[in-house]
Amino acid sequence: MQAKYLKKIIYHLIVGCFAILLLYPVIWLIMSSFKSSEKIFATAESLIPQPFILGNYAQGWAGFGDYGFDTYILNTFIFVILVLIGHLISCSLIAFGFARLKFAGRSFWFAIMILTLMLPYEVVMIPQYIIFAQLDWLNSLKPLVVPAYFGHPFFIFLLVQFIRTIPRELDEAAIIDGCNTFGIYRRIILPLIVPALATTSIFTFYWTWDNLLGPVLYLNSPSKYTVSMALNMFLSNETVSNWGAMFAMSVVSLIPVFIIFFIFQRYVVDGISTSGLKG
Amino acid sequence: MQTHMKQNLWGYLFIGPFIIGFLAFTIIPIIASFYFSFTSYDLFNSPEWIGLDNFKEMFTSDPRYLHSLKITFIYVFAGVPLRLLFALVVAMLLNTASRAVGLYRTLYYLPSLIGGSVAVAIMWRQIFGDDGIVNLALMTMGIDPVRWFGNPTAALWMLIFLSVWQFGSSMLIFLAGLKSIPQSYYEAASVDGASFFQKFFNITIPMLSPVILFNAVMQTIAAFMTFVPAYIISKGTGGPLDGTLLYSLYLFKQGFEFFHMGYASAMAWVMLVIIGILTSLIFFSSKYWVHYESEGGR
Repeated sequence: MQAKYLKKIIYHLIVGCFAILLLYPVIWLIMSSFKSSEKIFATAESLIPQPFILGNYAQGWAGFGDYGFDTYILNTFIFVILVLIGHLISCSLIAFGFARLKFAGRSFWFAIMILTLMLPYEVVMIPQYIIFAQLDWLNSLKPLVVPAYFGHPFFIFLLVQFIRTIPRELDEAAIIDGCNTFGIYRRIILPLIVPALATTSIFTFYWTWDNLLGPVLYLNSPSKYTVSMALNMFLSNETVSNWGAMFAMSVVSLIPVFIIFFIFQRYVVDGISTSGLKG
Repeated sequence: MQTHMKQNLWGYLFIGPFIIGFLAFTIIPIIASFYFSFTSYDLFNSPEWIGLDNFKEMFTSDPRYLHSLKITFIYVFAGVPLRLLFALVVAMLLNTASRAVGLYRTLYYLPSLIGGSVAVAIMWRQIFGDDGIVNLALMTMGIDPVRWFGNPTAALWMLIFLSVWQFGSSMLIFLAGLKSIPQSYYEAASVDGASFFQKFFNITIPMLSPVILFNAVMQTIAAFMTFVPAYIISKGTGGPLDGTLLYSLYLFKQGFEFFHMGYASAMAWVMLVIIGILTSLIFFSSKYWVHYESEGGR
């Protein structure tokens, strides 16, 4: 009996300590954001801010350059919401088509979609940039948002897998009740794939929120910058040694990610475990 | 006949957005990129056909390119196996009936959740600074501090550590895989007196091999395209001494800093070929080590 307890304690000691070790940098980042800039590295060994100050947050929020951090947050939220609407509409329609409708060329297009999953963005990056430049879309959200309205292979695949688990008898019953194909999508499938749409929304949020390469390519004026661009600008501004404010805004940029994770944890974990979405 | 037509019409109506998007944002750019790779193109003057010169330059007269390719290979082949190993070990540790597992799972997943962000790259830059906490920890253990930004090899390892740190999502996939292995296999093995390692190599690894394969493929592709950490940690330079000049970063610099669009397109195509070869090597080798259940599990 005693040996069993001992084993349990050792297990929790190892697994728990390793978890703390792993998360220590993040804890250090958060605690340092409450230290004054001069003290962050002078007292790097200590987690407790002495004195505890909130000034970094005020300074960071006031912004660096001509715009406040609220502008960048607002820009990023607009970016995320526009992409999210695009993904939800287009991916659910496309996935329904692949999972439920029989038409000539279905397996061909499905195979193409799976192939695009593996295509490195770098291959299309330069021509896409040239196309968007020709359309006069540079320095706007359009190049980053419009493609989202034409589906995203990861989420189409996820939704197809999910729709396939819904019994076809439901579709047949709806047909007998006089539903047309769009009615089946709208009234039967859409309400039943809400969990998969939640997973789609969460990962769309993460990927869009974190996206750096897209904004670096397409957004030039600081008034349009996203949060990740703003942090990047802060870092590359050599004259600034205001670590405190930068740490504070780094923490701010992580807060929405944490909040969404803790609310929707189940969908995140299920999404990764079942489809291998990378988080 | 008519219902057949109608069915096709509905089908293409629904997947239409995908086809349009595929043509506009994928296939036309792919063809264009293929053409550009044989040209010299600076975005302002029209592309000039130079045949295979871009590819020749890459492999014969651009040492920076070969260096970038080399460190990307080190990054991928050190980072991905280490990450999968960590993921597997932690998943096995967490595959118990303990009530705290849910909490641990969350904690171990957190680095993956935030790992791709600029904030974490900034944090990583600071903890590996000369007076950062990594050096403090090394000194407490009696090891000389490392100048992570003074040495290209150390800087590359800093990036590899960042990638290994994010083993959480692979761990979740492994954990789901471990849970699906029937407990009776282990019980039967125990009855026959199998040791922990015998069970590990004869039950766990074979049963998990399809999941390992999937992870290996996806992570290798993703690792090859790593951009954000290298860009942030080196402040866009790829330094010190090109130590963090990963392939994607060099491609980005060639394209959007030096405006060598033709050269960058050629680099993208070589990358596509390398990723294709790596993926098919993993798949080809898989028949020797991946075990599929006879009733067609996955």
